[in-house]
Amino acid sequence: MKICEIQNLLNATMLCGEENLEHEVYSACCSDMMSDVLAYVKDQGVLVTGLINPQVIRTASMMDMACVVFVRSKAPTDEMVDLAEKCGIVLMKSDMRAYEACGHLFAAGLRGNAGGTHG
Amino acid sequence: MGEPLKFHFEVDGENFSSAGEASVMVKKKLRQLGFSPEIMRRVSIAMYEGEINMVIHADGGTADVTVSDTEIEIVLKDKGPGIADVERAMQEGYSTACDNIRALGFGAGMGLPNMKKYSDYLHIDSEVGVGTTVTMRINLN
Ligand SMILES: Nc1ncnc2c1ncn2[C@@H]1O[C@H](COP(=O)(O)OP(=O)(O)O)[C@@H](O)[C@H]1O
Ligand SMILES: [Mg+2]
Repeated sequence: MKICEIQNLLNATMLCGEENLEHEVYSACCSDMMSDVLAYVKDQGVLVTGLINPQVIRTASMMDMACVVFVRSKAPTDEMVDLAEKCGIVLMKSDMRAYEACGHLFAAGLRGNAGGTHG
Repeated sequence: MGEPLKFHFEVDGENFSSAGEASVMVKKKLRQLGFSPEIMRRVSIAMYEGEINMVIHADGGTADVTVSDTEIEIVLKDKGPGIADVERAMQEGYSTACDNIRALGFGAGMGLPNMKKYSDYLHIDSEVGVGTTVTMRINLN
């Protein structure tokens, strides 16, 4: 799925990384616990989270993720946006709750497993 | 490569926001040196968890990374409270972090298990009231 499709599905506002909207991602994960993302995630390109602090961006960067979606109308700080820009990560925010946002992405074919192109 | 490359970082214990900066720098250096994404990821995640631990449990410390032909070594040293029972601290889910740390997305008790998972060698040298030194090595090829 292209990152721009995620933006459409979640009716999300872009915060940075517009130049990567055509980038393909193959799976996603959702968590507010960064330790869990670091422990269990493998090759997921998208992180859906309600947590706001710079460690979200560093975690995404360590895991080579392409995109972070902030849900529940939460907006990242300028510091976080700067950091994401430096790391080449797309940031967007959506008014949806995490459950709803993940439901939309899953239904549109973006699965939780790595290499999700096969279902 | 010849002479091992050495990198030294001071990790500020006062500032949760900046925790992880050293790990981000190391990842960048490894990318410049041409290491595989797999090696970069393992080194940077292991170091990042260790760096976070020094900030949330030990008021900061130092990080030293040595890149040689055969391995990458990460040594994290702090003068924090130390770990009374290292074996217990290594268990998944064991954490002494309080709720305000959890609200920041850490303190799930997965840090040390993660560090073990992503490294080939992990040794913790800790004395209560003196400090903790964590040594990790990742084998190359
Ligand atoms: N550098 C350290 N100094 C003192 N205690 C530590 C240090 N690193 C880890 N610990 C102890 O080990 C426990 C487990 O660490 P970890 O697995 O990273 O989980 P978490 O950081 O989520 O609590 C911590 O809760 C803490 O009690
Ligand atoms: Mg930890």
